[in-house]
Amino acid sequence: MKEKVIEVRNLVKKFGSFVANDHLNFDVYQGEIFGFLGANGAGKTTAMKILCGLSAPTSGEVKVGGFDIYTETEKVKRNIGYMSQKFSLYEDMTIAENIRFFSGIYGISPKERKAKQEILLKNLDIESSKDSLIRSLPLGWKQKLAFSVAIFHDPKIVFLDEPTGGVDPITRRKFWDLIYETADRGITVFVTTHYMDEAEYCNRVSIMNDGRIEALDTPENLKKQYGAKNMDEVFLKIAR
Amino acid sequence: MTNKIINSGSELPSCGGVGGGSSFSPPVEGAGEAAISVQHISKSYKEVQAVRDISLEVQKGELFGLIGPDGAGKTTLMRILMTLLIPDEGHATMGGFDVVKGYKKIRKIVGYMPGRFSLYQDLTVEENLNFFATVFQTTVAENYDLIHDIYVQIEPFKNRLAGKLSGGMKQKLALSCALIHKPEILVLDEPTTGVDAVSRKEFWEMLKKLQAKGITILVSTPYMDEATLCNRVALMQKGKVLNIDTPRKLVENYTRKLYAIKSKDMHRLILDLRSYEKTDSAYAFGEYLHVTGKNDEVEASEFENFLLKKNHTELQVFDNEPGIEDVFMELMNE
Repeated sequence: MKEKVIEVRNLVKKFGSFVANDHLNFDVYQGEIFGFLGANGAGKTTAMKILCGLSAPTSGEVKVGGFDIYTETEKVKRNIGYMSQKFSLYEDMTIAENIRFFSGIYGISPKERKAKQEILLKNLDIESSKDSLIRSLPLGWKQKLAFSVAIFHDPKIVFLDEPTGGVDPITRRKFWDLIYETADRGITVFVTTHYMDEAEYCNRVSIMNDGRIEALDTPENLKKQYGAKNMDEVFLKIAR
Repeated sequence: MTNKIINSGSELPSCGGVGGGSSFSPPVEGAGEAAISVQHISKSYKEVQAVRDISLEVQKGELFGLIGPDGAGKTTLMRILMTLLIPDEGHATMGGFDVVKGYKKIRKIVGYMPGRFSLYQDLTVEENLNFFATVFQTTVAENYDLIHDIYVQIEPFKNRLAGKLSGGMKQKLALSCALIHKPEILVLDEPTTGVDAVSRKEFWEMLKKLQAKGITILVSTPYMDEATLCNRVALMQKGKVLNIDTPRKLVENYTRKLYAIKSKDMHRLILDLRSYEKTDSAYAFGEYLHVTGKNDEVEASEFENFLLKKNHTELQVFDNEPGIEDVFMELMNE
């Protein structure tokens, strides 16, 4: 059995009388691509914020990267990476400056940074652009770069919040190549998306509705369980 | 110019599942008059050419989609049509009025829902609606039948500040406000971006109902599967139109020989296929990979034999019907 990198037991989060997360229970394993789906307002963002150590649960036990979310929040943050479509990199800084900035935050030594930066730029084939402002880069590049920076400190888990919104279909698929490579390296990928075809690329998928996890299994089992021909149908059956 | 109800086909086309994409909306019959006409429009922002020589026509009563990723030029084109931007080159008309010279007239007959929520966050739901009705010298009561189906869903929250609404409710309020003066043409900039699959489906059902009431609708979306819900679409990329047609024709005109391939280890499958000298393209499409061979001369059995030699198990290789996304990707590569 692989190591559990996220353990959630009876997680409850209330805002006043509103229950955003209603007794969530799930585990995520090392190297897994875990799809975290649900309708708008189902409670995904609330749960993600808790897992990232940005918000405390009302009750329940949560461990991320082996660390307790209540008492070891800083250790949690050191062991995770985060990327969303909205916030990724600083537009008015260059590629190299962004890498230096994030390295500084995560305590990566200049020597290590230089070595890793070289590999990163080479992998993305953007060595000649390292002094270009992020603003000037095509969206597809930005997203790949933002993802690479989010895992620059070799976190145990990377959280991707709708990483592929708005990109063209080829770039979207190339981004998933990066996700697979990352999972192969043993980094857990925790991803939200509104593209139901992308749900098929996950090892396991959870679907939230009204603050609860209504379904959690492999895409194949979910399709069998709900008598659906694709994940879109599964989602419609659960979330409607 | 008055709001004449234009025949858009009395039957509502059934909504193909967003994501399923199996059924198509038929073209609008009996229409011939252009509600929107775009002739060789170009627009640049400093060094960025946002829209490059775009021409298209949207017929009265049509539900027309601008389909493309960020940076395709969808928003810029819409802003030109909404008279909010002046084109560098070309001409365009909305409801017969020129977008530069006739902007005052156009603004009376169009409804616009921009990509960013742009209502007054510190006014209530009801106040926003009254405000927009008043600006257009009408009342909520006068056109209530048009927005009833949509507004009834947010009416329980009519005293709530717009800024405190959920995303789905904001969207419904914005649509209500865009409709309150009974526009002839409704322009919606990415109304379903970031919206979940269920809400997207509901939103398209609302659009179909509005179309049935005779409103011409121009809608943009980055979700390729939503193309099938439009009568006609323009596929756009980097400021250019790649193609314009009905979704059905676009798919029919796809001439490549396309295979769907699946095996137990999908990631290794995609890597192996890309390393195969006879593969032209291999992309993930949900449960399967969509694969084309070099010059379309590769048989299914050749892929199968190659993959069996690579020890793939639970292998499936079969001919596959293309979708809009296959068409778009092929056009991108041309």
